[in-house]
Amino acid sequence: MTALLELQDVNKDYRVGGFLDRSTLHAVKHVSFTLDAEKPEIFTVVGESGSGKTTTARMILGNEVPTSGTLRFMGKDIAQIRTRQERLEFMARVQPIFQNPFEAFNPLTTLDYYLFSTAKRFLGLKDKVAVDAATDKALQHVGLSLAEVRGRYSHELSGGQLQRIAVARALIPGPKLIVADEPVSMVDASLRMSIVNLFRELRDTLGVSIIYITHDLSTAYYISDRVIIMHKGDVVEAGRAEEVLGNPSHEYSRALRSAVLPPDPVVASAIIREKLRAV
Amino acid sequence: MFKILRDLLRYNIEFTIGFILTLAIFLFALAHFWAPMPDTAIYLLPPDMPPSAEYWFGTTSRGQDVLWQMSSAIWNTMLFGLSVTILSRLFAVAVGMISGYLGGKWDEFLMTINDTMIALPNIPILLLVYFVMRDQMSWPVLALTAALLGWNYDARLIRSVTLSLRNREFTRHAVFAGMSVPQILVRQHLPYVMPVIFFTAMNNLIWAIGLEVTLSVLGFSDINRPTIGGMIYWANQHQAIIAGIWWWIAFPIIAVVLLFLGLFLLAISVNEYIDPRSRLSRMGA
Amino acid sequence: MLAAVENKSASVEAKPVLRVEGLKAYYQMNYFGVRREVRAVDDVSLTIKRNEIYGIAGESSSGKSSLIKTIAGAITPPLRVVEGSVKFDFGGKELDVYAQRPAMKAARWKHLSYVMQGSMNVLNPVRKVKHAFHDFAFKHMGLSEGEFRARVESHLQRIGLDPRVLESYPHQLSGGMRQRLTIGLATVCEPEFIIADEPTTALDVLVQQDVLALIKGVQQRMGSSIIFVTHDMTVHAAIADRIGIVYAGRLVEEGPTLDVFQRPQHPYTAHLIASLPRIGDTRKRVALGGKPPNLADPPSGCRFHPRCPLAVDKCKSENPALLPRNSGRVACWRAGEVEAA
Repeated sequence: MTALLELQDVNKDYRVGGFLDRSTLHAVKHVSFTLDAEKPEIFTVVGESGSGKTTTARMILGNEVPTSGTLRFMGKDIAQIRTRQERLEFMARVQPIFQNPFEAFNPLTTLDYYLFSTAKRFLGLKDKVAVDAATDKALQHVGLSLAEVRGRYSHELSGGQLQRIAVARALIPGPKLIVADEPVSMVDASLRMSIVNLFRELRDTLGVSIIYITHDLSTAYYISDRVIIMHKGDVVEAGRAEEVLGNPSHEYSRALRSAVLPPDPVVASAIIREKLRAV
Repeated sequence: MFKILRDLLRYNIEFTIGFILTLAIFLFALAHFWAPMPDTAIYLLPPDMPPSAEYWFGTTSRGQDVLWQMSSAIWNTMLFGLSVTILSRLFAVAVGMISGYLGGKWDEFLMTINDTMIALPNIPILLLVYFVMRDQMSWPVLALTAALLGWNYDARLIRSVTLSLRNREFTRHAVFAGMSVPQILVRQHLPYVMPVIFFTAMNNLIWAIGLEVTLSVLGFSDINRPTIGGMIYWANQHQAIIAGIWWWIAFPIIAVVLLFLGLFLLAISVNEYIDPRSRLSRMGA
Repeated sequence: MLAAVENKSASVEAKPVLRVEGLKAYYQMNYFGVRREVRAVDDVSLTIKRNEIYGIAGESSSGKSSLIKTIAGAITPPLRVVEGSVKFDFGGKELDVYAQRPAMKAARWKHLSYVMQGSMNVLNPVRKVKHAFHDFAFKHMGLSEGEFRARVESHLQRIGLDPRVLESYPHQLSGGMRQRLTIGLATVCEPEFIIADEPTTALDVLVQQDVLALIKGVQQRMGSSIIFVTHDMTVHAAIADRIGIVYAGRLVEEGPTLDVFQRPQHPYTAHLIASLPRIGDTRKRVALGGKPPNLADPPSGCRFHPRCPLAVDKCKSENPALLPRNSGRVACWRAGEVEAA
């Protein structure tokens, strides 16, 4: 097996506090996992705020350098990327999706500016027709077209549409890996599943691996192949989604699993009544 | 451009008043190109004449027409003030945005220079420049020196705006969309910095004109070239206030106050117009 | 006509604690000649009974937040009430939020209180927690300092907080504790009506259930009524007695929680419920097509028609009224066919 992404004993510490009470925060501790280059998958990192999941994502994207350990993408150490050329080559293979689609696009810039810039920089296209064609092709993958997006501003579209445009933009350079940090937490419920379904399609039709970072166990169960659960920087449980989320064994994952309320008034209200009696 | 002007004139009373005031004073200042006598000539007219039908704003003790002196003086003072403002805005934007966006060593280096400049006292430095330059001292040199002294606080302000923009998600998104640093700064961040630029420009203009007046009143500038400060200098030399030649000082000051008022109204209304929030509301967000 | 139906049913039961009638609240803006009117709350009528938890569900910019802001009387321009009324009934005394402002001001916190979304909005970061209690509640309770302190401490104990938190600063407490505190703050005067805006959204998953149980427990003990807003349907499932579904500024469906979940009558509700993911179920969920409505330029007729799988010509031109049907109310021309579909 050739590895697409390989994390080996990755640690990240932050210095926190002022002059007098300085201490070290271990944001990420001993994280290791490997994604297979031949077998695209949806790999989910589940955790609450402060679990280190976002720091892990930032390290994979090369925005943070680990304190110790290595992250290799297609055999190359991500922390060793120095020149702009290397960085561009890396970004053409690894692309992010951000949490809040309304924040991810500058409200004063037209959306197509992001798409065209990506096409020009990573595909080296100069000709306007070619740029349009590449952009339109990527938008078709997410069920949109350039005609719908050209000249529009972010406030003219819904969160779901914006998030799909963000995915389309990430697809333009033909990436191998997409890192999506809480991509649906700010998207309305009626549109959320369209994004999540889209990730499945990308995996199956384009062969893109996706690292899906979330606190929401229900969507994680719905789309993931493999899952790791992080708690205070540690990976407490890892494995296939059905096993880890359906039948968790670690104490923390069990607590997390039972904290999820089912969308069913009979069961959910019974859980709350049970809690009430316990107090 | 024309549409923006029309919208502003139609819907914003502050802009309309500011526009009329500034335009009137600009036209008045422009008129000095058609003045009946050269603005540096003295004793062409009977001195100390009060305002009358012949000399609307009276004449000075040096035999000059206050009306035409003022026309030239406002022109020259404004030319100086605007040069300082534009130059110093360019420094402030460049240093503030680069320092805020690049951070790290660049930020440390630029902010060290910036903070050192803040600590330097302005007037002594200008006097030093004046004594070094002596006869080569012209208004453009003075304007450049003032501009170099007048950008520091605003650079810090712009840096803080850019610093907060750098951490917004759309900036990270822009980086992954392959945009270069100039593209990000100009296309993504400048619209948010514009209101700061306009807002500080007004303060800076007032500061620059104040500086010009101070130096002229002290006599540290080309005193033969009419400026607002120069007029006050000569009025002072001739003890105009004691002699009761009030029109020599009153009219230039009224003109400057009106000009400031006009520019201030323009600045705040344009600011409201280009503010991202108001822009987004007009776009229908 | 609708109000008349409600009045009749209301007079039969105990008097409702809140009555909203034909409420319209619009954002009216004018920027350099660009005039815009956003109809955030458009002709909403609802009543809330005593001892009831009423949940308002809806998506972002559906107008649900504007609705509870308007009910609370906490609106600022450009949001204005254009038509309709909001009336509370506190101990038999009727209070019109927009006609009796001074009386309304006196009733705040004593009869009507709020649980805000971010606890840090209520707790001043540089002052100890006890000051917040003093500022909000002291003048409404008519107690001496000592009695007040004792009352606050026993109240905190009852909601599971150590009274020592009064001497700490907000940043020394965890997110769950802070949210407990804001609930304690809102309930210390034992108000008859509580308004909550996304009370669990900013919380970690692990403490969510505890906070919901706390809200439910406090409500049951005091017999007060709660209206709360959240986009999270599982929260509605857990604590709401009745749910109102808001779409594009209008109430499109309302009913007992169980019925809304099991037999939704409006196609939008039906879709919302069907698209919820569950652990243990990977069957493909279909997302709703189309784009959420723009409230500055809403679709004609029924506002859901451009995205509705059941839409017919009538839906495009005529707006369906919210009429009683089965155990609740629904605004849909094809309401009877939703269950079948």
